Amino acid sequence: MAMHKIKVTVNGEAREAEVESRLLLVHLLREVFRLTGTHIGCDTTHCGACTVLLDGTPVKSCTVLAVQADGREVMTVEGLEKDNKLDPIQEGFYQEHGLQCGYCTPGMMMTGYALLKANASPTEADIRRAISGNLCRCTGYVNIVKSVQHAAAASKSR
Amino acid sequence: MATPLTTPEVGGMGHSIKRKEDPRFLRGKGNYVDDIQLPGMLHMDIVRSPYAHAKIKKIDSTKALQTPGVLAVITGATLEQYKLHWMPTLMSDTQMVLPTEKVMYQAQEVAAVIATDRYKAADGVAAVEVEYEPLPVVVDPFKALEPGAPVLRTDKPGKSDNRIFHWEVGDKAGTDSAIRGSEVVVRQKIYIPRIHVASIETCGCVADFDRVRGKLTVYMTTQAPHAIRTVFALVAGHVGLSEEKIRIVSPDIGGGFGGKVPVYPGYVIAVAASVVIGKPVKWVEDRMENLQADSFARDYHMEAELAAKKDGTMTALRIKTVADHGYADAAANPSKFPAGLFSICTGSYDFQKAFAEVDGVYTNKPPGGIAYRCSFRVTEAVHAIERMTDVLAQELKMDPAQLRMKNFIPAAKFPYKSALGWEYDSGNYPAALKKAMDIIGYDALRKEQAEKRKKGELMGIGISSFTEIVGAGPSKHFDILGIKMFDSCEIRVHPTGKATARFGTKSQGQGHETTYAQVVAEELGIPAAHVEVEEGDTDTAPYGLGTYASRSTPVAAAAGAVAARKIREKAKKIAAYLLEVGEQDLVWEPGKFSVKGAPQKSKTIQEIAFAAYTNHPQGMEAGLEAVDYYDPPNLTFPFGSYICVVDIDRGTGEVKIRRFVAVDDCGNIINPMIVDGQIHGGLTMGMAPALYEEISYDESGNVQGGSFMDYLLPTAMETPKWETDKTVTPSPHHPLGAKGVGESATVGAPPAVVNAVVDALSHLGVKHIDIPITPEKVWKILKEKGAAE
Amino acid sequence: MIPGPFDYHSPKSLSEAVGLLSQHRGKAKVLSGGQSLLPLLKLRLGSADHLVDIGRIPGLEYIKEDGGTLKIGGRTRESALEASDVVKKKYPILAETAAVIADPIVRNLATVGGNLAHGDPANDHPATMLAVGAQVVATGPKGERIIPIEKFFTGLFETALAPDEILTEIRIPAPPPKSGGAYVKLERKVGDFATAAAAAQVTLGAGGEISRAGIGLTNAGPLPVKAEAAEKFLQGKKPDGAAIAEAARLAAQAASPEADRRGSVEYKREMARVLTARALKRAVARAQGA
Repeated sequence: MAMHKIKVTVNGEAREAEVESRLLLVHLLREVFRLTGTHIGCDTTHCGACTVLLDGTPVKSCTVLAVQADGREVMTVEGLEKDNKLDPIQEGFYQEHGLQCGYCTPGMMMTGYALLKANASPTEADIRRAISGNLCRCTGYVNIVKSVQHAAAASKSR
Repeated sequence: MATPLTTPEVGGMGHSIKRKEDPRFLRGKGNYVDDIQLPGMLHMDIVRSPYAHAKIKKIDSTKALQTPGVLAVITGATLEQYKLHWMPTLMSDTQMVLPTEKVMYQAQEVAAVIATDRYKAADGVAAVEVEYEPLPVVVDPFKALEPGAPVLRTDKPGKSDNRIFHWEVGDKAGTDSAIRGSEVVVRQKIYIPRIHVASIETCGCVADFDRVRGKLTVYMTTQAPHAIRTVFALVAGHVGLSEEKIRIVSPDIGGGFGGKVPVYPGYVIAVAASVVIGKPVKWVEDRMENLQADSFARDYHMEAELAAKKDGTMTALRIKTVADHGYADAAANPSKFPAGLFSICTGSYDFQKAFAEVDGVYTNKPPGGIAYRCSFRVTEAVHAIERMTDVLAQELKMDPAQLRMKNFIPAAKFPYKSALGWEYDSGNYPAALKKAMDIIGYDALRKEQAEKRKKGELMGIGISSFTEIVGAGPSKHFDILGIKMFDSCEIRVHPTGKATARFGTKSQGQGHETTYAQVVAEELGIPAAHVEVEEGDTDTAPYGLGTYASRSTPVAAAAGAVAARKIREKAKKIAAYLLEVGEQDLVWEPGKFSVKGAPQKSKTIQEIAFAAYTNHPQGMEAGLEAVDYYDPPNLTFPFGSYICVVDIDRGTGEVKIRRFVAVDDCGNIINPMIVDGQIHGGLTMGMAPALYEEISYDESGNVQGGSFMDYLLPTAMETPKWETDKTVTPSPHHPLGAKGVGESATVGAPPAVVNAVVDALSHLGVKHIDIPITPEKVWKILKEKGAAE
Repeated sequence: MIPGPFDYHSPKSLSEAVGLLSQHRGKAKVLSGGQSLLPLLKLRLGSADHLVDIGRIPGLEYIKEDGGTLKIGGRTRESALEASDVVKKKYPILAETAAVIADPIVRNLATVGGNLAHGDPANDHPATMLAVGAQVVATGPKGERIIPIEKFFTGLFETALAPDEILTEIRIPAPPPKSGGAYVKLERKVGDFATAAAAAQVTLGAGGEISRAGIGLTNAGPLPVKAEAAEKFLQGKKPDGAAIAEAARLAAQAASPEADRRGSVEYKREMARVLTARALKRAVARAQGA
């Protein structure tokens, strides 16, 4: 089976790898690029713990091949902070206790981050809908909604 | 709620300080087991049985070993050489690590493949060829008890049936007689099916045996690292593992909920592989393995009888239960309690007579029983009593809130000795229920329901007034495999006045790095921001029994408070020395000792700490530290009242939760923000089994609901906006008056939901519905009663 | 969750893609959004020696009105369909359908063409396309051919597409005035396949009677179901409660669902009836308001 040389920009940095066709994007990120902030929580594309941005759009990286990301931009949770400063979405989760075990959190934040780029003033219903592809077992979602609302308010006042 | 003793800057009890552990999670720098990569690390994947009961005729590893990257295939025969093919369970039963003769549940581990990376390990698994000879399958525990049923545990010499244990508690004769003599008796069969914790992180480990040092390190998804270490030493001592050379590291854990307490075969095989090969071996299960093979929860078939006077006074309770344990009793109970703390089933009510019995049964299913935030079978007990209370209310045509108020244990009776032997520490049940009723507008809802009924619309109100029992537990009664269920804290205050505090528990999201720091801040006045909390590394943490069954706050936080007070005692001596007064002349406020009547003469805890290393009295040991192993004098009894409002779609049978109010009482609260978070999560894990989740088996033992396609975790769309409030009734025996709250909502919520749905249909004659209440179940009822759209 | 090995190709043009499918005929699968195919490969259910990724071929994602037809590129993402102004305004049944496929993140990659080409009666678009009378454009070695949607689904996971054809466009006739459509889905939770779902598209005549009705059912048999008897019954009828109830009853008779964890056969058939009635009601209301 052929190997493929791919070039992916991850969090603004150009990265290269030689990969099998079947390598999943989530494994490229976690195992090859050693960015372990993106997590794996299921095997049927339900849980969303693996959510990253592909050219700015949230995707479940467990259901994308690494080769499909060749020549494209990926943003992971590690790319949210800038110059050691937290992004408003991260700050929102911190202020509103939007995480407990932290395992679903990277995926949730990437989805929240993308939502706020598309809709700066989401309603609660908008937020719940946007994160309906991300499962959480710890928080019951109440504070996750508040975290995104916090980030929305903070982003507007910037 | 009382005003906090400390300032927000110090952050002691009562302050909602932001979580200290958050930064690494927010920045993607958590350290979960699957994040760990060690040099030379190999990967392990497991071959699993498609059959629920079958002889293994042959395992052919030839093709697997020819697969590129595959280094070894481990079978039961391999482990048998080291006598590791069977292992003891936490309930002193035995279970297989890898089978040598037969498999006993679908998805059981059959062989393990070791390869250079996880992709090759998966290829190796696909290439292992196993020949099975199917055997008769037993999935119905009642059929398993019938004479002539196939005996499953043929490994136990002389075993001629499928019984595991019989357990009973209470006054059998007195209860029988009370029920016979009662004016009203209601009876109901209640089945709670299997469910699975399904934390978003599955289970796994990296086993790393260092041949040079003879030391085994296992990074593991475990809620109880010390217990695991001792179990490994006992079980594998004969292959050279010695406890002082075993290190269990529980790093960041992505949710536990009880599912990460048991020792799974995968861990043992990975350890054996690492010891034999001399390289680190990683094993991480995927979601389907997790759902199909790991410790399940519930599977209790209950028959409950509740006796009362015509005026609604409850007189007696009797519950008979058949417990389906799968093929081995691997429940993580305290050893003297094969049915956990089920005897809390008298609940919040003042029963004179009660009796409960539980019969454990073997079936061809995975082993387990205790998990999913159940506090050791308390979910089952509370489901029974809160359902039966509503069944009684319906029978007597009495309002369920009124019936509860009538029967609540009155405040004057606390500490209360229940008919089944517990001493409830404190409680104020009427206050919690009244608060919940006020918040939700109970009377107005009843009026609305009456109006809607006239129009044929279906709306229901369900109450659950639960009493929890947590904080296992006093050494007199509580042990796991003989190890008493104390817990521990070791605090060291450094010269510059900061502190490190290590505990024998292990957070999987409960926020211990914050709450325990707040306990130290409360007792010593050192800001929580300056207290570094550590858990989970058996090389450094004091021995503890881990975090599950909501025991951390009742036991380990207590140890923290007591250890801090020991430090305060020594600090007082140093302060007296520095201030040149007697100890009796000193007054304490958080963070400093000052002289009575001369408050300007004082020493801060930081100054005292420095002095402990630089200027301590002659004859006194240097340093400022203490350790406490806390043996709780009793369990604690958090409680609450929940009210759920549902609307039912008459066309589809769908149940929609319109509102859910939860009033909880967990005694004194360390961090209100964290407590609320625990409750939100617990309510969601209470609603989920009530409406969505179930693991079941067909007649051939094929699992249904073995992936997220069919095991339905609620999303943010199904989950309502939970409304929470509190009452505060401190625990009289806990050093901080705190009770713990992690599982209260999972325990209290399901019956509130069921009671609401049954209430919506009660005018049609419906008395009970087993969970999960799927739309089809409701629709069937509506159709039968002629009320469908 | 690790797929077996396969070869991967990333053609830059439609003709290159078709060429690869011909070359590896029978052993190759088209990778469009991948949200149906990759999950299957990860579970090692179904295999492909070759994946032909059409993701880098320009000109396959578009939503445009051309004369009296809405043309949707085969690789158009569900999220784009859901958000499209022209679709929301003039073809709300399509927006409603897209909005309940899987979950929002999956919809960012899942494609309309893929949803149809997968041949799964549990997917949502087939019923809707049957209801609106769509056509599918298949591009193969001999060029384009048009397949009416009624002829497109031929078996469980089987369509009229040849192994070397790619679904490149979906065409939907613009609805005449006084038309309305709706898609109603019953699912156990967000992200699930339908327990039952109904698509209804109606056009009203001058006198307010139904001049055309299209009804499709999701996950109601081995093929997506076109409820023809119900459609015929509604022709010329006043769209009142009685007519809708009878049409719904007839539609349920056309359903032959399988029992599974979502429900028994009886329940699913009943839900087909209930949901058809609800979809028709909403479609009629939209038509009357249009």
